[in-house]
Amino acid sequence: MDFLHFSPETDFKLLLAVPLIPLIGYVVQVFFGRFLPRKGDWLLTGGMGVSMAIAVLMLAKVLHEGGGEHGGGGFFQLSSDAGLSWAWLYQSGKAAVSPLNLEVGILYDGLGAAMLAVVGVVSFFVHLFSIGYMKGDRRYHLFFANISLFSVAMIGLVLADSLLVLFIFWEIMGLMSYLLIGHFSHDQSTPFFQRWATWASKKAFLTTRVGDCCLLIGMMMFWQHYHTFEFVDLWRLANEDVARNGGEWPMWMTIAGLFIFGGTVGKSAQFPLHIWLPDAMAGPTPVSAMIHAATMVAAGVFLLGRTFPILSPEVLAVVTATGAFTALFAATIGVTAFDLKAVLAWSTISQLGFMVAAIGTGGIGLVAGLFHMVTHAFFKSCLFLSAGSVIHGCHHEQDMRKMGGLRTRMPLTFAAMGISTLAIAGIPLFSGFYSKDKIIQAAFTKTSLEFSGAAVFAAVALPIAAALTAFYMFRMMFMTFGGTYRGEVAEAHGHGHGHDEHDDHHDHELVHSEDGGIAPGHPGPLPVESSWPMTVSLLCLAALGFLGGKFWLADFDVLAHHAPWFVRLVSPETLYPGVELMNGYGHAITHEMVEHAEHTAHTLALVVSLLVAGLGIFGAWWFYGARKASPERVAAALGEVYRTVARKYYVDEFVNATVIRLTHLLAHVQRWFDENVVDGIVVGVGRANRSLGFLQAWFDRTVVDGLVNGTAAVTQLFGSLARLFQTGRIQQYVTFAVGGGLIAAAWLILA
Amino acid sequence: MDSTLLTWITFIPLIGTAVIMCLPQRALGAVKVVSLVATFIPLVLATVAYVGFDKTTEQMQLVANVPWISGLGVNYHVGVDGLSLPLVWLTTLLLFIGVPASFGIEKAGRAYYALLLLLEVGIVGVFVSLDYFLFYVYWEIMLLPMYFLIGIWGGPRREYAAIKFFLYTLAGSVLMLVALVALRLSSGTFSILEMVDMAQAGALTGANLPFGGVLLGMKFTTWVFWFLFVAFAIKVPVFPFHTWLPDAHVQAPTPISVILAGILLKLGGYGMLRACFPIVPDAFRTFAYALGVLGVISIIYGAFVALGQTDFKRMVAYSSVSHMGYVLLGFAALTEWGMSGAALQMFNHGTSSAALFLVVGVIYDRAHHRDLNGFGGLSQPMPVYWGLTTVAFFAALGLPGMAGFVSEALTLVGAYDSADPRFRILVLLSVIGIVITAGFLLWAMQRVFLGSLNEKYKDLPDINLREILCQAPLLFLCVALGIFPHFLLDWMEPSVRHLVGLLGGAG
Repeated sequence: MDFLHFSPETDFKLLLAVPLIPLIGYVVQVFFGRFLPRKGDWLLTGGMGVSMAIAVLMLAKVLHEGGGEHGGGGFFQLSSDAGLSWAWLYQSGKAAVSPLNLEVGILYDGLGAAMLAVVGVVSFFVHLFSIGYMKGDRRYHLFFANISLFSVAMIGLVLADSLLVLFIFWEIMGLMSYLLIGHFSHDQSTPFFQRWATWASKKAFLTTRVGDCCLLIGMMMFWQHYHTFEFVDLWRLANEDVARNGGEWPMWMTIAGLFIFGGTVGKSAQFPLHIWLPDAMAGPTPVSAMIHAATMVAAGVFLLGRTFPILSPEVLAVVTATGAFTALFAATIGVTAFDLKAVLAWSTISQLGFMVAAIGTGGIGLVAGLFHMVTHAFFKSCLFLSAGSVIHGCHHEQDMRKMGGLRTRMPLTFAAMGISTLAIAGIPLFSGFYSKDKIIQAAFTKTSLEFSGAAVFAAVALPIAAALTAFYMFRMMFMTFGGTYRGEVAEAHGHGHGHDEHDDHHDHELVHSEDGGIAPGHPGPLPVESSWPMTVSLLCLAALGFLGGKFWLADFDVLAHHAPWFVRLVSPETLYPGVELMNGYGHAITHEMVEHAEHTAHTLALVVSLLVAGLGIFGAWWFYGARKASPERVAAALGEVYRTVARKYYVDEFVNATVIRLTHLLAHVQRWFDENVVDGIVVGVGRANRSLGFLQAWFDRTVVDGLVNGTAAVTQLFGSLARLFQTGRIQQYVTFAVGGGLIAAAWLILA
Repeated sequence: MDSTLLTWITFIPLIGTAVIMCLPQRALGAVKVVSLVATFIPLVLATVAYVGFDKTTEQMQLVANVPWISGLGVNYHVGVDGLSLPLVWLTTLLLFIGVPASFGIEKAGRAYYALLLLLEVGIVGVFVSLDYFLFYVYWEIMLLPMYFLIGIWGGPRREYAAIKFFLYTLAGSVLMLVALVALRLSSGTFSILEMVDMAQAGALTGANLPFGGVLLGMKFTTWVFWFLFVAFAIKVPVFPFHTWLPDAHVQAPTPISVILAGILLKLGGYGMLRACFPIVPDAFRTFAYALGVLGVISIIYGAFVALGQTDFKRMVAYSSVSHMGYVLLGFAALTEWGMSGAALQMFNHGTSSAALFLVVGVIYDRAHHRDLNGFGGLSQPMPVYWGLTTVAFFAALGLPGMAGFVSEALTLVGAYDSADPRFRILVLLSVIGIVITAGFLLWAMQRVFLGSLNEKYKDLPDINLREILCQAPLLFLCVALGIFPHFLLDWMEPSVRHLVGLLGGAG
């Protein structure tokens, strides 16, 4: 298959088209979108479709080139090797070739290929879904423009060959998430969302920016030592350094690594910077799907994949512990949520915890964590879009207690969401099973080889979190699709069954509800299935969520005789070619021991993950499907514990009471200081000078002027005296002159 | 290129002033046209100079050097290098924007435009002077129109603000004058370049003066350094010399704020680079860390005080204090990236803060107040205005892809890379400023544009074409220079490298 051959010169240019097409689309849309027919949605959706096609074609090429039968050769390409890179800071003179210049290029490897395809696919279907979902929105054209640029940012981040370029797109993505989460903050017709979106978007930007600043610091620390931002050089130089050091990681590298991980904590919503993500659902549901699946949160995990070789074992232990804690922490909150989207938001945080924890264990865990990022992107985007479809059908109701019985009313949505739920719960044959099973296996492997607190914690916490995941996901399914419809039915406004008409929602005065902050819906006719752009997107993503775990584009290996496709693309060896990783196990642990441990852990992990998934599903069925026990009574029995969990452990309240309040206090204190002390001194000096001026004026009037006047008086006196002599008579003058002359002569002679 | 080019750029506005003074008071339309022409020609000429600039050398270019006051040894000596030329170009651009931005001003229009053009003469003059006496003359020329422009056309407390501005800057001028006389006595020349050469040769120590180079226990160079530094620091403004700035900004009319923030503040930074640090490099090295500390205090303190403001314009003014702190930090770090970043930051702050003041001006013209808490939901009546403001805000908070990011990142990375490891702590601290900056800008965005619409303002007209055209070039530069920073950095690089060498820093 000749067309599947990767030729760097042409293919890197083709890769460049992937971000450029939506970028051009964005510019056109911002300026001319509102004049285009259908407000330009076809333009950007089509553009994204082309980008997706290129990305998938490229993935096929990469699989053809690198992904041999059983994990094979790997694939790694740098555009700068092919002579395709762009001098950014300087383009002429001595500096253009000096190490101070920054060369911008593309790094395209197995991980990048997979992620690029995932971003393309998810983004395209989100675009398509939005055509149906956002219909009637008053900033429709801008929504499409922004969501396109959001994708561009993620694509750029995936293709970046240096930490700085990655950071640039990382931040642009932050901006786009700000604008998209805040989409409804311009919409007067939904006051609840308007208020919520306004502060949620700000919260998201500021919280992630704390993480971004950590990343920036980490970057600076590495720059100061190696004077490069390029991944390839950083990997090599850092590991050579450590090797020279006898395998000991220098202190600064650990600190820098922790700062870089801070970036992931912010973007990938790890504890304690997770607070922005649940509120990010204030944005339109397609945006949530983007944020939770292919962009934003995936960026943090992707960063870990790109910087893994420069993270010291100590950093990796922190990464594992943070991830495992977040996974468990968020899962418990997910159990208590009643807002359909909040359940999904907490589940995202929990799943991100899985990924981060897995990457922290290194080796097979690195692959598993990145793999989970990919499979999660498919099923989570599908889950969110399904939730959007449900909410759309239920007249903007998000409270699961007011849903139910939608299985028959929205069968396609039910099918899509059901498949994705099976995937996230970790049921065999569904994609999530493969990745989650591998994560648990990685945790077990790590524990058996290297008994450390972080590894043990991960090995215990992750299975519990997996059980909780299965529980709350099926709880959601039972509450939403099972039983009978509990929403208020009203044949309101005489608009018939036209659910594509969004207008009525906007006419409706939504009341701010303090009831757990769940966006309120309004009574309407019984829900019906959504329009075709939405359902097609749902089903395609659901299909990927089902198959994504194993199928391999080139040979449709649906039964997965071989390793999952991703595992063939990505392994620590192919991801960081030529780099001797120094953050793995010590010399005491041989390759055979690792293989043996992985083998043992594999069986155990399989049993455990099946067990916990089954347990979670059974629990959900017990409480919510068959209703053999009342969840309300359990909640009441738990009392304060339940309330704490339901209030998200009061993290938001804590942050508000400390960080936010302290910041504002500092601002006010410094403002006071500025106006009263700093400026006070200036004004004081001015006043003092003026007073001095007055004093001098007085002095001038009385003393100086007095002196002058006095002088005048004295002069006058002398004048009057002189007048005595100035008689005008010649003889007298002569007498004075002669007399004076005589006296002078006498004085001269005698002296 | 013609060596009279800089002279033309400097004095064409003066011709404009003369023409305006000859026009009758009533002919405001003609006055505006003359002002536009008299600011447009320098912009074109400056662009010509920029395009024709030789990017391979750190030598002064377009030099003209003729005796002026031969008895004192004062020459009319002008020329540009990679540090001054971008700022000259920025000056001509902002003045050209300043004219249409002033079209709303009714009061005594003729005098206003005449003073505006006179201001341009002073500013460009400072940037091109290579003779210290000439430099000082232009420095003082610039002060006067500014005083009147704030004091006559300003807000309710204009007299207070104008006098504060005038006296504060004059105090700085006096310090500069003292240092200038001392330098003249010690070096025997007014030429800045010769002084720099002497300083390099170690000949500018004041040893030939009656007190033998040490005065009150402090070295002559130390005295000169602090006198000049404070003179320029007032202009930048560096904490704690900044309090004239918010008052001047709040009272000044919009175009004057634009010029004040866009260029006048740069005079301080430029003055340090041209006429302070290289003349007394040893003293600079001694106190570099202290300067860095002042820079970081400005960054953090400015950001926090901006967060505490309720007046839109005061907030933007304090954001300038914060942003100019990077300039000082970059200088002090004495690395090539730090210095490039700082020089770039001066230019980029010139565009982004000018854009921010235009933003404030638009809303002030319509609502006649600037209370951040008195708006709300303005993105609905004014969507285009909101869009432009978003670009300006994100340019100001240093979003990657925008110009501010390049300069701030270069400054911070360069400072972190400084030979003096203590700078690393400063950089870590200044990161707080980045977060707070994002905080106050987004909070302002929320209070003014988002949330529920203030009923009073639901019929506000959107930004008009004239205002868009004033804003557009600035925002274009903010974005374009973020993607293609080499359009400035290539020009600056030889001069920056030379300067870092002069100051004794590593590359």
